[in-house]
Amino acid sequence: MPGYESHDFDVVIIGAGGAGLRAAIEAQEQGLRTALVCKSLLGKAHTVMAEGGAAAAMGNVWPEDNWKVHFRDTMRGGKMLNNWRMAQLHAQEAPDRIYELERWGALFDRTADGRILQRDFGGHRYARLAHVGDRTGLELIRTLQQRAVALGIEVFMECKVLRLVHDDQGRVSAAVGYWRASGDFVTFTAKSFVLATGSVGRAWLYTSNSWESTGDGHAMAAWAGADMIDMEFVQFHPTGMVWPLSVRGILVTESVRGDGGVLRNAEGRRFMFDYIPEMFAKETADTEFEADNWYEDHINYRRPPELLPRDEVARSINAEVKGGRGSPHGGVFLDIASRRSPEYIRRRLPSMYHQFMELAGVDITAQPMEVGPTCHYIMGGVRVEADTEATTVPGLFAAGEVAGGMHGANRLGGNSLSDLLVFGRRAGLAAAQFALGRPGAPAPDAEEIAAAVADAEAPLERDGGESPYAIHHDLQQVMQEKVGIIRTESELTQALEELDQLQQRTEKMSVSGGRAYNPGWNLATDLPAMLTVSRLVARAALERHESRGGHTRDDYPAADPELGKVNLVQRIDAAGRFTLTPEPLPEMPSDLASLFEEDPH
Amino acid sequence: MSEVTLQVWRGDDAGGRFAEYVMPAVEGEVVLDVIHRIQAGPAPDLACRWNCKAGKCGSCSAEINGLPRLLCMTRLDTLPPDEAVVVAPLRTFPIVRDLVTDVSFNYELARMVPPLKPGPPEADGTYRMMQIDIERGQEFRKCIECFMCQDVCHVIRDHEENKANFAGPRLFIRFMELESHPLDTDDRRELLRKHMGIGYCNITKCCTEVCPEHIKITDNAIIPLKERVIDSSYDPIAWLGRRIRRRTKPPAPERALDAPVRSTERSGPGAPVPAAVAPQSDPDTSPG
Repeated sequence: MPGYESHDFDVVIIGAGGAGLRAAIEAQEQGLRTALVCKSLLGKAHTVMAEGGAAAAMGNVWPEDNWKVHFRDTMRGGKMLNNWRMAQLHAQEAPDRIYELERWGALFDRTADGRILQRDFGGHRYARLAHVGDRTGLELIRTLQQRAVALGIEVFMECKVLRLVHDDQGRVSAAVGYWRASGDFVTFTAKSFVLATGSVGRAWLYTSNSWESTGDGHAMAAWAGADMIDMEFVQFHPTGMVWPLSVRGILVTESVRGDGGVLRNAEGRRFMFDYIPEMFAKETADTEFEADNWYEDHINYRRPPELLPRDEVARSINAEVKGGRGSPHGGVFLDIASRRSPEYIRRRLPSMYHQFMELAGVDITAQPMEVGPTCHYIMGGVRVEADTEATTVPGLFAAGEVAGGMHGANRLGGNSLSDLLVFGRRAGLAAAQFALGRPGAPAPDAEEIAAAVADAEAPLERDGGESPYAIHHDLQQVMQEKVGIIRTESELTQALEELDQLQQRTEKMSVSGGRAYNPGWNLATDLPAMLTVSRLVARAALERHESRGGHTRDDYPAADPELGKVNLVQRIDAAGRFTLTPEPLPEMPSDLASLFEEDPH
Repeated sequence: MSEVTLQVWRGDDAGGRFAEYVMPAVEGEVVLDVIHRIQAGPAPDLACRWNCKAGKCGSCSAEINGLPRLLCMTRLDTLPPDEAVVVAPLRTFPIVRDLVTDVSFNYELARMVPPLKPGPPEADGTYRMMQIDIERGQEFRKCIECFMCQDVCHVIRDHEENKANFAGPRLFIRFMELESHPLDTDDRRELLRKHMGIGYCNITKCCTEVCPEHIKITDNAIIPLKERVIDSSYDPIAWLGRRIRRRTKPPAPERALDAPVRSTERSGPGAPVPAAVAPQSDPDTSPG
């Protein structure tokens, strides 16, 4: 492109967390010229923070486990709104993806006979998570990073992508971005693109997500005309830190509960027994005796209610705090100290031990933790074709958290790391095949490129406007208070009005300093994406008149069977108008549907 | 209300100075929290890397009161009260801006490490490894790549000229991880001796002291690597054995030079690969 640094590849992957790395590995192994573009340094993406493990029905601990059980758990955890084909592929292929990591150097914790050890997690019938203590994400990203490096994949680090650019046939043909170090613009032309940009959590005040999770890929796909589905479903992880305030939201792994920890209110009561929903009553213990015996015997005892799916636990904690039974800093107590030995806790949860000791001055081998819900994950995202991760825009693929469908209304813990691997690989493969079949050199629209650059430069050229930090802070307040765990029509309507006002404020904001490594400007270029994603979430939340998974409406507290048959699909047209239509879920074939008729025990 | 004073280095590769920021003190905060409040207030363009804010990603390394620390794990109430907190960038790497340094040296070296070369799997296609046999490797894989060990290593901290021939503690634990991997069949000792400068380290243990993951870098990685390299280089029986093995198993350096390394991570526009550390790529074996 005239005037800007430009690079040409066959396949460009945007985002270098687990999904992006796995996609890049696959495209490169197909022999295509592949580039990986990421906002941070390689190996720092949000995947590194995943703690508990990667779910895969390898059956190393419980031979009774298999992909059908995993598929069933995943669909039920997602309140049956999942794309069944994605859930099937995920359950079937996850074990191979884990074994592959081992060939590339990963060192998972072992069983006594030297196989990969698996751990219990919420919503999973059997111990299923391959893990390394409580730092599984680090192992996963490092293994993929080292594999990518060994293959010689070209990596563009600290490069923020702003917009996708079409050619005259509507195919995605370029990505425009800038180097954070210099602020200079750069274009990447390619025959196919894979979005692997992760989450949107920075739009909320209390989140486990890093600065990178600003919904860039969600927004870029929507701006490029792609269908977005299920955007109302946002996961609030039940256990984030609540004190000190500066660390509020930082994740406390579900492994604490998987390894024996329990939740208690200010009265010392294991309150989760009071919140067992009908859907999971048959498979959930109703006495502490039964729950405590389950850890050693999954066949004759039922699962503790602390290991219900995350949406159920987060809502229950919220209700306890609102009911005045919370901990001193507005959470509840998570106690493993009274239930497991200090040696066990330090071995299984070294990172949690360290995190609480250093940041909160709490010794988790001796004291309970204070925890509360934190914005963690978005189930919704870009609508993709299950087998190929192709979006509805030609030349554009999406994998990992930015893609929607796999997790339905609620994701089970452990299913994210395996999702990244399974669909990262499939996206890389399909993007490579698309690139091979696309004739001619990509010819991106020069006007679209110029518009993206002009929009990014505008805040630098204005004087005396508002700071992007102030707008971001107000956005986080709106989303936290009005589009949080519990929602109502009046608050959502008000949130949408306030989001419009915030949008107008971004059009007048200004940034001081230059372009070179200027975090104020970087935030200014992240805000448009966060605002678009926030509007998509609030609009879908307003339209879904029921409570299901990660979407709870105070004014529609029950699930509506009719709404359980539809995805809410949103699009942004060329004029910038948002449209929303309910569309029927893909129909599950009868052999898979029959899996849900069996008694779980 | 009590206050906290930060002196933060501001500048770029052309030079800079410490700027002082006086902010309200907030209970329980870490240094990174104060940096964030400075960004949201008096200095929106203050450059600083961070990601996880929980000591898991190794992005926010800096020198606090002269010592390498993670900004996100350094609580203000552990620092001397009534004194300004001095925050400077890592000194061993070139400045990009303010607290951000160009750490591409570490990424370029990482490309020279021959990856795991596993032997054949069990009949079912998977591997068996005992927990006790992987614990040393797991210790090294806790590394979060904060590069603070590289920062304090005096072989390169004040000797830019050594960077061309020295891998540094971060890469030595990577080598030791592979050397101790139960499945690995490769031999990287010649590479370590000839190109990675294992002999330069004189075991002052500065790297071990600053490791936020408490990895025993010197005792568990560097010293055993030195022993292995010495055994292979100067022990006549080992020498003879190597001559025999070489017929079927070329040692790592040659293979590393053959490896399909076509490209690099780039941390700036068109950043070139320094010829001194970059193996030449072979167009015939490069993918694509």
